[in-house]
Amino acid sequence: MAAESYPDDLKYHPEHDWARIDGHDATLGVTWFAQDALGELVHYEAPGVGSTVTKDESYGEVESVKAVSDIVAPLSGEVLEVNQKAVEEPESINDDPYGEGWLIRIRMSDPGEIDALMDADAYRAHVAEQ
Amino acid sequence: MEATLHRTPLYARHVGLGARMVPFAGYEMPVQYEGVIPEHKAVRADAGAFDVSHMGEFHVDGPTAQAFLQSMLSNDIDKLADGEAQYTLLTNESGGIVDDLIAYRLAHGQFYLVVNASNRAAVYGWLKEREPHGCEVRDASDEYGLVAVQGPRALERLVLPDARAFTHAMGELDGIEVMVARTGYTGEQGVELCCAEDETAVLWDAILARGVTPCGLGARDTLRLEVCYPLHGNDITPATDAISAGLGWACALDTDFTGVETLRRIKADGSARKLVPFVMEERAVPRQGMPIEGGGEVTSGTHSPMLDQGIGMGYVPAGSSAPGYELTIDVRGKPRRARIVKKPIYRKGE
Repeated sequence: MAAESYPDDLKYHPEHDWARIDGHDATLGVTWFAQDALGELVHYEAPGVGSTVTKDESYGEVESVKAVSDIVAPLSGEVLEVNQKAVEEPESINDDPYGEGWLIRIRMSDPGEIDALMDADAYRAHVAEQ
Repeated sequence: MEATLHRTPLYARHVGLGARMVPFAGYEMPVQYEGVIPEHKAVRADAGAFDVSHMGEFHVDGPTAQAFLQSMLSNDIDKLADGEAQYTLLTNESGGIVDDLIAYRLAHGQFYLVVNASNRAAVYGWLKEREPHGCEVRDASDEYGLVAVQGPRALERLVLPDARAFTHAMGELDGIEVMVARTGYTGEQGVELCCAEDETAVLWDAILARGVTPCGLGARDTLRLEVCYPLHGNDITPATDAISAGLGWACALDTDFTGVETLRRIKADGSARKLVPFVMEERAVPRQGMPIEGGGEVTSGTHSPMLDQGIGMGYVPAGSSAPGYELTIDVRGKPRRARIVKKPIYRKGE
């Protein structure tokens, strides 16, 4: 598994999800903290391309041997792409949660929602309280 | 709640090894060290050690002990010679399963029972209430430590000779006196070692020093489910009977024990539903409590590390319980296909 890290260039949701903003699009995934708490992931139930995700609501599930967890959308938008590697090899989410283990890419419907997310420092403080 | 949790003699060892500790049956137990999957694979390929000191151990002694146990337990305890053991069930009046356990015959009139941690109080209460003259049931759980060492290289790593399954003998490991039982819950060759409570940590260190991988409850569950060993509380309960659970082989219906008439009738009439093992045919992990279409329910489910797919057991109507039959499991509102398979779900070399 990867070492604990929370990259400075990402935005974070308190439910342990991250967003990488790229113009009108955003790539979403779960944080190191989330994958560590779940343990080795064995299943990623992904949303369909073209479906809509809503900020603060579940858009999919990740499962370890022992437990299942909802994945909460940090931002709203339309799903442009699903990471098939994460579907086929869920362990890539453990190995590289911010890189090869990304989950979906969306076209944001309300970029103003970004302002409500935490930066890396605020999220690190949030994790320290868990 | 947490303040009342018990700790096994190996608690400090688990924490020192970086285990993730969880509450289980009133104990703080390691669910995993390195990870469920590598620990599971270590047991299938080499050898793994499990702290099972939380389990209950009872001595049942006296001139009427054997007759008493014969009347309480489903298997035929009269068949045991000194140094032998058997898987057996403590049954209630309706043929339900109070607990599944292993009964060891130590000597004439001396028996030793290893019961599930979560049922320790229930089993003790059940037996104590019915204990006859000339027999004493004693809960010795806090006097012993118990470590299971399982895997194809377990005996080699412990330098123990091969022996028949379900036998036991006194022995020693690096100077520590142990009862070596040829039993386990993984489907692999191996032993369960019982020692004095205050020597458990030294025994554990000696086992790990021989290159055995420490394994948590997570791997214990995935290993037992791959080989279809039932878990009490999930697959078998006081409300499920042994015949429907496929445990008729552990019931000597020609002996007299609690609930035997009910079990004889179920055997004669056929059970309405049966516990079956299944493998998912779509990507999904079945979990306890998920409905099976057509009137069934998943009782155990996980992701098989060896097959890399969802596996489980559940009760289904007897008419649709044959291997090969397709099931549809309601995975949080989504129908997912599974297929009933023969036991065990995982067999070496497949």
